[in-house]
Amino acid sequence: MSDLLWLIPILPFAGSLILIVAGTRLPKRLVPVIGAGSVGLSALITLLIGIDFISQETSPVIKQVLWQWIDVAGFSPAFGFHLDSLSLAFIFVITFVGFLIHVYSAEFMADDEGYARFFAFLNLFVGSMLILVLADNLLLLYFGWEGVGLCSYLLIGFWYQEEKNGYAARKAFIITRVGDTAMAIGLFMIFKTFGTVNIMDIQSQAPNVWAVGSQEATLIALLLLGGAVGKSAQLPLQSWLPDAMAGPSPVSALIHAATMVTAGVYLIARTHVVFELAPTAQFVVGVIGAVTLLLAGFSALTQYDLKRVLAYSTISQIGYMFLALGVGAWSSAIFHFMIHAFFKALLFLAAGAVIMALHHEHDMFKMGGLRKKLPVIYFTFLIGAASLAALPLITAGFYSKDQILWLAWAGEKGNIWFFLAALVGAFITAIYTFRMVFLTFFGEEKTHVSHVPGSLINIPLIVLAALSTIAGFIEVPHSVGHLQLFTDFLNPLLPATVLQPEIESTEWMIQLLAAGLSIGGALLAYYFYVMRPTLHVQIKSAIPQLHNFLLNGWRFDSLYDWVFVKPFVYLSAINKNDVVDWPYNALVNVAGFIHRMLAFTQSGILRWYLIGVVLGAILILTLGLML
Amino acid sequence: MNIIPAEYGLVLASVLFMLGLISLLIRRNIVFMLISVEIMLNAAGLAFIVAGSRWGQADGQVMFLFILTMAAAEVSVGLALILQIYHQLKTLNSDEASKMKG
Repeated sequence: MSDLLWLIPILPFAGSLILIVAGTRLPKRLVPVIGAGSVGLSALITLLIGIDFISQETSPVIKQVLWQWIDVAGFSPAFGFHLDSLSLAFIFVITFVGFLIHVYSAEFMADDEGYARFFAFLNLFVGSMLILVLADNLLLLYFGWEGVGLCSYLLIGFWYQEEKNGYAARKAFIITRVGDTAMAIGLFMIFKTFGTVNIMDIQSQAPNVWAVGSQEATLIALLLLGGAVGKSAQLPLQSWLPDAMAGPSPVSALIHAATMVTAGVYLIARTHVVFELAPTAQFVVGVIGAVTLLLAGFSALTQYDLKRVLAYSTISQIGYMFLALGVGAWSSAIFHFMIHAFFKALLFLAAGAVIMALHHEHDMFKMGGLRKKLPVIYFTFLIGAASLAALPLITAGFYSKDQILWLAWAGEKGNIWFFLAALVGAFITAIYTFRMVFLTFFGEEKTHVSHVPGSLINIPLIVLAALSTIAGFIEVPHSVGHLQLFTDFLNPLLPATVLQPEIESTEWMIQLLAAGLSIGGALLAYYFYVMRPTLHVQIKSAIPQLHNFLLNGWRFDSLYDWVFVKPFVYLSAINKNDVVDWPYNALVNVAGFIHRMLAFTQSGILRWYLIGVVLGAILILTLGLML
Repeated sequence: MNIIPAEYGLVLASVLFMLGLISLLIRRNIVFMLISVEIMLNAAGLAFIVAGSRWGQADGQVMFLFILTMAAAEVSVGLALILQIYHQLKTLNSDEASKMKG
């Protein structure tokens, strides 16, 4: 069964190839069959391999080398796959959530003229993402990494007729490229140190090569972190993600919530050995996560656009994952990734269905009262929102976030500030989540519902809603009933978090606090947006600067405009007549001058040419006689 | 039978050649220019003949036959061009046909 591993990434690629080559000529019914079918088959194979994998006693590792990719002077990365519990968790989410989103897109994009193009890009994305998480060496990982970046660009700018979509696509591409460059330098340094880019070799050699806290390990870890920060939209490279919402909703759900943006989390978890040898870098990961989750959370409080709230929320939730990675809670980060993929994909898909139902209306303040009109979407959205806000006991988000909170407090590398940031973040999350729910589904109807989504949209929503609830029960904390299926599943690969020695078992207190805060946040949102709907308008007009500041994502765009774009434009304006071009322009001018001189001799008068011929002949004869 | 020295023949050939060349350079009428070219060709042919008879070889006469053939072909093309030039420009002055000047 494990021999079929190579089929998992190849099938989406094949689907993409068929759709690119023949997409416009295929009958329209066949396009989603190929698009969703290829990913569905991948999901099926993943399931079979996964069952095979779990049923074995010792945690197995499946390796499959397809061919030697490059072999030059000791640098010999293979085109090989490596499946262990970490990558299994990722391919499970990618193929299953990916399949559900493909099914959803079959209806959502049905009236779009770029139907086949959409599925071709989406399949290409799934294939690249699978390569990323299955790669057995860092170069192949980088290949997948750039592949998903390309697909992100293509799909953000999917509706390319509008200029701002193209701008958003370029912005996403260029900003992530900044991080990717750092990551590439990190890969070069890894190769220089180890002489290999194979991840397993690096993992086994790293503790022998570096002492804990060595400078080189720290530098490499920070460079890898740079790549992760760009891809996962963390501070300071987070500003592309809110604009990336210009793409269709399924794209936001698949790429900018469930899978691609968590590639950074995967990278850090995959190279956790390096980060454990570089405590400073790991601390930086935690700090970035903590700061990002707060900044993005506050920005989400002020947004009008439904999808932008979700975008900031995604940044914030990935901040939680980084925080977890920073305190060494590796399996908690991956668990939160999985749960987040379920409920955030659900929220994006539901938001897309709402937006489609309301004639592409994105502004939440123009929605309202959709509870009765769109009951399926309302209930699934509510479940997703409850999971995002981590309402206690019934939602999956509670179990995953609670683990992070506990380990930020009790973990050896945790501290009070990380814990407080996570706690405040949880409170804000609850507020903005239910603000979104109340504005969209409660109150009176402001925009007429023009289109009620069909079963292809409803079924993925219901499946994801079920997953957002029950997936949490595989990891239940000590105080409620000890169960650690997911952690045990990842355990031999990702070490368990070391707790502070003197910590007492105050886990239930923290859970109570977190539960209280999330319920409190939800109630606060209810008070603000249902009971006293005028209050938030008054607050907004009382502090307009602060509101705008948060609305524009802490004005990072303006900052970058001042720090990078303006100086660059200024310098290029000075150097408009490029200095480098001068020698080449001089060559051109000399050639032009000689040309004009010689063109003068081309008089068009036959006898002048004859004289030229005769004089030339005489010259040659004379020379021939003399020499 | 008196044998004419080869030098005489060669001098005659070069005189003919120079005459042809000079008239080619000073004539404006394109028909005369064509005739001048013919004279130069025949001068060259004469030189071949003289050289051939000086060494008693047939090669000179063979070359002359070649030149004759080539000259016939050249004249036919040349005359056709002249007809066209006259048709287009209504003149035979070669200086008028200077449309190709750079």
